[in-house]
This record gives sequence, C-alpha cells and structure tokens, in this order.
Amino acid sequence: MAKDKLLEFDKALELYEPVLGFEVHVELNTATKMFSSAGNPANSANHEAGPNTLVAPVDMGLPGSLPVVNETAVRYSISLGLALGCSIAPSSRFARKNYFYPDLGKNYQISQYDEPIAFEGSVEIELGDGTLVTVPIERAHMEEDAGKLTHVGGSTGRIQGAEYSLVDYNRAGVPLVEIVTKPIFGAEHRAPEIAKAYVAAIRDIVISLGISEARMERGNLRCDANVSLRPRGQEKLGTRTETKNVNSMRSVERAVRYEIQRQAAILAAGGTITQETRHWHEDTGTTSPGRPKSDADDYRYFPEPDLLPVEPSLALIEELRAALPEPPVVRHRRLKGEWGFTDLEFQDVVNGGLLAEVEQTVAAGAAPAAARKWWTGEISRVANAQGVEASSLVEPQAVAAVQKLVDAGTLTDKLARQVLEGVIAGEGTPQEVVDARGLAVVSDDGALIAAIDDALAAQPDVLAKIRDGKVQAAGAVIGAVMKAMRGQADAARVRELVLERAGS
Amino acid sequence: MSEITPDLVRHLGVLARIQLSDEEVERLTGQLDVIVDNIAKVSEVATPEVPATSHPIRLHNVFRPDVAGDMLTVEQVLQNAPDAADGRFRVTAILGEEQ
Amino acid sequence: MSDLTRLTAADLADKLAAGEVSSVEATQAHLDRIAAVDGDVHAFLHVSDHALDVAADIDRRRSAGEQLGGLAGVPLAIKDVLVTTDMPSTSGSRILEGYMSPYDATVVARARAAGLVPLGKTNMDEFAMGSSTEHSAYGPTHNPWDLDRIPGGSGGGSAAAVAAFEAPIALGSDTGGSIRQPAHVTGTVGMKPTYGGVSRFGAIALASSLDQVGPVSRTVLDSALLHDVIGGHDPHDSTSLTDAWPSFAAAAREGASGEVLKGLRVGVIAELPDSGFQPGVSASFRAALAAMEAAGAEIVEVSAPHFEYGVAAYYLILPAEASSNLAKFDSVRFGMRVNVPGGTVEDVMAATRDAGFGDEVKRRVILGTYALSAGYYDAYYGSAQKVRTLIQRDFDEAFAQVDVIATPSAPTTAFKIGEKVDDPIQMYLNDVTTIPVNLAGVPGISIPSGLAEEDGLPVGIQFIAPAREDARLYRVGAAVETLLVDRWGGPLLDRAPVLGGTR
Ligand SMILES: [Mg+2]
Ligand SMILES: [Zn+2]
Repeated sequence: MAKDKLLEFDKALELYEPVLGFEVHVELNTATKMFSSAGNPANSANHEAGPNTLVAPVDMGLPGSLPVVNETAVRYSISLGLALGCSIAPSSRFARKNYFYPDLGKNYQISQYDEPIAFEGSVEIELGDGTLVTVPIERAHMEEDAGKLTHVGGSTGRIQGAEYSLVDYNRAGVPLVEIVTKPIFGAEHRAPEIAKAYVAAIRDIVISLGISEARMERGNLRCDANVSLRPRGQEKLGTRTETKNVNSMRSVERAVRYEIQRQAAILAAGGTITQETRHWHEDTGTTSPGRPKSDADDYRYFPEPDLLPVEPSLALIEELRAALPEPPVVRHRRLKGEWGFTDLEFQDVVNGGLLAEVEQTVAAGAAPAAARKWWTGEISRVANAQGVEASSLVEPQAVAAVQKLVDAGTLTDKLARQVLEGVIAGEGTPQEVVDARGLAVVSDDGALIAAIDDALAAQPDVLAKIRDGKVQAAGAVIGAVMKAMRGQADAARVRELVLERAGS
Repeated sequence: MSEITPDLVRHLGVLARIQLSDEEVERLTGQLDVIVDNIAKVSEVATPEVPATSHPIRLHNVFRPDVAGDMLTVEQVLQNAPDAADGRFRVTAILGEEQ
Repeated sequence: MSDLTRLTAADLADKLAAGEVSSVEATQAHLDRIAAVDGDVHAFLHVSDHALDVAADIDRRRSAGEQLGGLAGVPLAIKDVLVTTDMPSTSGSRILEGYMSPYDATVVARARAAGLVPLGKTNMDEFAMGSSTEHSAYGPTHNPWDLDRIPGGSGGGSAAAVAAFEAPIALGSDTGGSIRQPAHVTGTVGMKPTYGGVSRFGAIALASSLDQVGPVSRTVLDSALLHDVIGGHDPHDSTSLTDAWPSFAAAAREGASGEVLKGLRVGVIAELPDSGFQPGVSASFRAALAAMEAAGAEIVEVSAPHFEYGVAAYYLILPAEASSNLAKFDSVRFGMRVNVPGGTVEDVMAATRDAGFGDEVKRRVILGTYALSAGYYDAYYGSAQKVRTLIQRDFDEAFAQVDVIATPSAPTTAFKIGEKVDDPIQMYLNDVTTIPVNLAGVPGISIPSGLAEEDGLPVGIQFIAPAREDARLYRVGAAVETLLVDRWGGPLLDRAPVLGGTR
C-alpha cells in the first residue's frame, strides 16, 4: 500500500475548513435481541456464550421465521432520542435494507429509513478547556446488528487473502441505535478534539441511561467518522470520506486528524478526493481505502411488511423524559463540585473519557481523588502503552477494591500499582493478586524489629548520629530495612520503629 | 415501451445475486419488457394525494416483552449447514468489503 | 374400508369420536389411496413414514379417555410451504431439497396439538409462484378431473389431494389466489382468511403483506373446522390479529340451513366484463346467482373501478417482497450450495441461486429487484401500494351496499399442462378476481358452482366479505353449497372420473 502524503496539520487548517459528521452505532444491553427472543450477547449475562448459541430462527433467516419487536429496545431508543434532544416521531416504521453478505442471515438488514424513531436534536459537549460545543443531531434510528465473520488462512487473518471465513450469528439481531449527526461546521483546529469529545459524550449518555455497556473494545459503541474539507471561502461542501468502525475515542481523534492531513495534501496538490469508505488501522495510525461508493449501493429499501409502525403515546414519551438523567454538561458541573476537583483535574478526567469510570469507582467506595489518580495515572499509562481504552483494562469495582486495601494499610501505593498490574494481566481480583503474589504490607512488628536491629548493627555510625539527634540519618537504615522486606513494609511504621530502637 | 435492456437485466442479476447466462439475460429482457409494459399502468391512478398501503390491516405497537426464549441449540442452528467448522458456518473466501 | 376416504372430515371425526373407526384405519385408508392414485396425480412431494404411529397414539389417547379436539385422528395434508420438523420442507424448490426445519409452523403445531394426523407434504409451484403447479421443481401435479390438466396453483397439490380423496382436508397458502383458484379448477372448497387471521409463522414467505394460510377441503364445514383449529392470535407473527374469533364451524352449520340467503345482499362487480371469462364459467356463475336469488338473495351491482389495476399492482408488490424474502436462500446456512472452484462467496451465492431457482422464480426476483431499485421505486412499488389503497376504498364502498361480493373464482376452467407455461402474462391473468382480495386483506372463499358446459370441468364461485367477517363467508358458503348440492343431487366431486390403475 502506497504511503499517503500528509499536509502538516496547521497548514491544512490554514487552507481548508474541515466539516465533520458522525454515525455512532450503540448496541443496547437488553436481555434479548431486537427482533427475536434469543439472548443478547451485548448484555453482560451473555459474554461467555459460544458461537451460534444465541440464535433464534429469525436471526439466521430460517425459512418461515418472522421478526417481532423488543419493547424494551423501543423504550431504550426513545430514551436515547430524548437524551439527544430529539423529537420522537409520532409514527415511525422499519424498512428492509437489502444487500447480500454472509453475516446477514436474511440478506437484508431491518433498519429504519425514511421514518426514524427520533430526529432533529443536539448534544452539548465540553472540550478539554471547558469550551462548550453544540453538535447537531439529524436522527437516531433502530436497527439490528449483523453476525460476526472470522477470516481464516492467509497470513494476516484479514479479509484479503483468507482461505475461508466462519460465520457466527450470535451478534445477528443485537439491537442497535444508530445516531447520525448533521454536518458539523466551525470545528477548525479542534476537529480531532471535538470528534473525541463527541464520542465520549455519547458514551457518557448511554452509560448514564443504563442502556448499553458502551464498551468500545467489545464493539458496543462504534463510530464512523465523516470528514470533508472545503477551501476557505467556499460555500459548497467538499467530497467526504467515511472512516468506518473506529473503535476507541483515542482512535477517533487520530483518524479525524489523519483524514484532514491526508485530504489536504491531495487537494493542495490539485487532486480530488474520492468519495469512499476508509478503514482505520490502529497499528499504523493510518486509513486505507475501502469500497468506493457506486451504483451497486442500491439497497432497495422498502417498508418492512412483517412489522408494524411504532407509535409511542405521549404518556410514554413523557414518562421516559421524566426519567432521563441530567444532560452531560450539567452532570459535569455537578460531579466536579461533588468531587472537589480543580478545573485541570476535572478536564483530565473528561479528556480521558474517564468520567463514567471515575464515577463508578467512587460509587464503589473510593475517594474521588484516589479514583481520579488511578484512572488518569497508572491505568491510562498502561492503556496508552497498549494502545487500548483505559476502560477496557479493569473494572471500576476492582480499582475501588485496590484503593480500599491502600486505605486499610494493607498495601502501599507502590504495592497497589503491582496489584493493579496483576488485575489488568487477568490474575484475578485484587485480593487474589495480593495473595498469589504475596504483596501485602508486613505489619508484624517482630519481623520489622529484627530487620531494624540487623541494620542498626551493620551501620553503627548511623546509630550514633541518630542518638546525637540527627534524625534524618535514619533514612539509610529505613532504606536498608525496606530493601530487606522487599518493599512490603509500611515506611512510616519502619521509621517509627527505627527511632524507637535507636533510642533504647 | 419500458426501458428494460440486457445491461439492466445483467445489473439486476448482480443485485439479486443470480448468475444469469447470456441466454437467460436475453429471454428475461424480452419477458420483463412485456410485463413492465403491462404493470406500468399503476402510475395512472397513483396520484400524489392517495396514501400508500403497506399493510392490508394496519396495526401498530406490536411488541414482544424482553424475555428470553425460542433459542435454537447449536446442533439445530447447524443442522442444515452446507459446510461448518468450529460451531460456525463455513463459507469460501470473501473478497468484497464488509458493509 | 376404502370408503373412509370418501367421508368428509366432519363425518370422519364423528365416526372417530363414536369409536366406529380408528384413526389408524382412517389413516391407512388414505395412505392406501395415496399409494393407488398419487402416481398419476402427484399431489404429494413427501408422504409421512410415521403417520400411522401418530394415528395409533391418538387412538390410544382416545381409548384412555383423554378429551381430544373435534378433528383428532383426522388425516391432514400439508402444503410444502409450511415448515415441519418431521418431514422435509422445500416450498417446491430445488434450492431447499431435503431441508429439515428445527421448528414447526404455528398452524402445523396447532394441527398436531388438535390431534390431526399429518399425511405428507403437498406439491406447489416453486415458492408459491404460479397458478398451475407446473413451476414445481419436482414435476407438475395433475388435475383429478383430467390428468392432462393443471390442478391450479400454487397450491395444486393440496387441492388435488382432497379432490382425489387422498386426504379429507389440507392446509394451503394464498398470496393471490393460491387456495381459491385451485379449489375452482378441482371442484373443491378453499378459504383465504382475513389477513392476520391465521399465523404466517413457519410459512415460507412469498409476499409477506399478501400471504395468508388457510384451509382446503371438499365441503365448507370442513374448511371451517380446520380454520377453527389453525386460526387465532400468534405472538410469533407481528401481523397476527388479536381478535377473538367466533366458531367458524358453528357459522357453517348455521349457514347450511339456507336461511342466511333470505335478504342477503350479494354484490356483483360491474367492471368485471363477461368478455374475459370462458362462457361456461360465466354461465355457471350466473346460474349460481340465479339460484341464490331464487332462495331470497338480492343481487346488487357494485362498482370497483380499481380492480382492473389489481393484477398490475400485484405483479409489482409480490415480486418486490419476494425478491427480498428469497434473498435468504444463499447457500450459507441451509439449502443447496454450488461450489465454484476458486470463486468468492459471492460467486458461490450467484451460482447456487442460478442453479437452485427455476425460471419463474428468477423472473419474479429480477422483476422485484427492478421494482424496488432506486429511481423506479416511486413509479412502480410506491404506485402499487397506492393502488392497494384505492382497491380497499372500492371494497369499503361496495360493502356499504352489500353483505358479500360474488365473482367467478377464476376466468377459465383447468387448462392443459404446458398450455400457458411460457406465457407469463396469460398465466398472471388467472388470478384477476382473487388478487384484489389479497391486496385489500379481506377474506375470500371459493366453493364449487358447477361444471362448465363446454368442457365438463369444475367452476368455482368466490364470495368476498369485509375484513374480519370470515364467519359470514362460512355462513353464506355453506348455504350456497347446500342449495347447489341439492340441485345436483350430490356433491360435484361424485361426478369426477374414477382414478387408480388407469395409467
Ligand atoms: Mg443459468
Ligand atoms: Zn447502521
């Protein structure tokens, strides 16, 4: 693959105005699928399900099977629509989107086309420095997910060069809400940041609604990013590309930046942009062309004859509206106050897309400051090193459990980091890691005193200095004791005991 | 006369995933032309003020409670599979693009 | 015991209940009849190898004093469009050869629960696309009245099975006349219920907004009895009506007295000209109307100006929905697979669908793909859906004046096998009087009206009622049946030629 030429970002922005658009697919965590009563793999109850064990006749398009709409999925969709500030359609309906693909059991996707359940809304998002940006929402519609293909053979496990593919229909029929923005103007040099903040805001909304697990690494939340550039002063929109399935907030930011630089280089050289889908490559941080848009994209939409219109009553809409959680920006202000964070501290959390994680860690019993330090510190560091989302590494409950051990004096900060490392590596719960690695602080004074006496005996000059009142000299002894205890001692207690022993 | 041409029929064959021979394309072009001429008359009375009917008996809000049931066993899922491996359906390589 | 096959389902059920015959005897009699005549008729694609076991179980349960359904122990033929767990379900297509469903269609499950004994699966036009059963991938079914002629379609197998006394009753499906037109050409009874009255779950879909499962029989009462078993709400079918239905059998029994004809207002459609109809068909129709009039009915001319657009709308809506419904037959999860050496999965799908679908299926799938494709949708599919509205309005206006509408069930008697198979337009016109009923979702029944003078073949009369008034059709159908059978001095089928060992 030829390497793309990129124009330097600031130069690109000088010449062109970026226009963004996003399509975010949210997998709902209902107990069952959108159109069948098979278990929903996007619900945590079903994460361990083996291939093709969550399949009802309609999910695999068996002859004679029929879809029936999941009422809870409709309620969730309405709630999400309301949270996005949308109007809820008095009547919306399903349509068939026809195309052949082996992961599509019926060879059509049941979606909503000309009559989505929610339309015309907006989301206010907060950038790192507290700036508020309003993202206009075009629509949110209900549809079903496709199954999963695994490509086998060839060198890469990628679709190209595979010998054959295996199809699992567990995911086929998982309820999705697709949220489509209108074109976002005026993003300018903040375009990548807005992209990330938008996805973070959607994630926060669905988490606070409790309608999705919103784990991007599991595909619960998937973002397609549309980017186009237009020369400064031009009215007409440029040709856009659609970068598919960018599955972390970090990647959304990077992909948008990359597309701006790539398109700018082409335009600046007098070239034209091809309207196409593009794929994001996490490893190289680049996009590559997918299928060009063509006449073959004739989905032959028509109203789904097996399903009836959805006509929510005003009473239902008002009931769901009354139960909505606060909007993201209001929530930010509340949490910042409750947690007592400085602007900078709070922005750190928001920028990292870690608001839900910190909130859940606090809910599990950790102090806000400690929760923040863990997520923006150690966990984010590991996540960056591994190129994954911090939220994918560890559950908030485990972080809180680690902090509890610190608060109880069972772990030092340093030991706690090792415990967390073990939890991230899949060695078990914090307590299991403590036990297996033998990481608890030695709180038995007898063992400490023995080590202290040894160290004092080995360094008689230090002992003398301490007795002379030069208390800071104790550091050398403390260091030796900590070393002897392989770090598993509480340094403050060691200090106390050293002074006690030296004085006696 | 309608606008059915062999190229259009060939394109429709691609959309419908039916590999039509030249002979079939030729025959279908002629037949579809006649059929379409006969059915195009629907537009004579389908004026803008007439609403479309997609369901003969119009119901709404037909929902299912979010309760599990109706699941097939893996054996049932794969019962008629032309080819399968590792509990999944096996198909020959796909060179197209995911949609 | 071969006369057991001549009994109606109602009479057989009475004898079973009275312990005069066993279900094993009744089932064996029908299996013998199938063995004797089905080589000529070819109504069945598959005959159950455990029907006698099922029958024996019913007999056991009956003798143990279990309370059984009214039709328990009565044999039943099942159109192959309905999926069954114990027999293959092919919908008449090569692409589904040997397909075994992991679940039963709701109507089949209800029939089993009621103690009916499935005899086998009946032949049909491939995926129910046709009016002659010549489009079955497994060879045509022959009309018991004349083995060189078609038994109608798509449900020619079910109609021929009951006409040839291979089964007392059968299940059919009707998308544009596939129950009623075969009834017409075989001298039997067929009912297309109100859309949503009978579950479609497990009926291999042709056109979802038109398909409806219904009963096939030799008498109106038998259809009503079977309708009572299979009908009613099914949560697996979103389009299933939640209505509490009256007993259709009770309606048929009430109608048989003939009282219902007194003062009944019967609409005849002004726009259906005699010219398109075979003279013997028109004559039989008019004679039946005259008989009804003589019995106290009032014949009223009604206008249905949009009926003439029905066939055109139907041949847009049906192929469009079918092109999508039939996309699932792609060689990935079930059914035929044609391997293409070195080919992609797309190549395999395209080659399989080429080899697995017959000409009529390909024709309609391509037509439907065209009707839905961008740029044509409004002119074709969208317009056809509007015609549906106009036809519904025609019905509404007509039913403001009359209780039922009567039409000939089809324009001609049974034609010769092969006569129209290469002329799709001629074939499509077979359903000119049945199609508007499906487009509007209202119920329609076809009962025998007599024989055509010129060829001595059966003719049917169709009655149509407003949506949800299925019981009215059983009442009127039974009344007219009684009236005509009295005039004939016995059932029409008594005049059919004797089958068996003639070929
Ligand atoms: Mg061919
Ligand atoms: Zn989507």
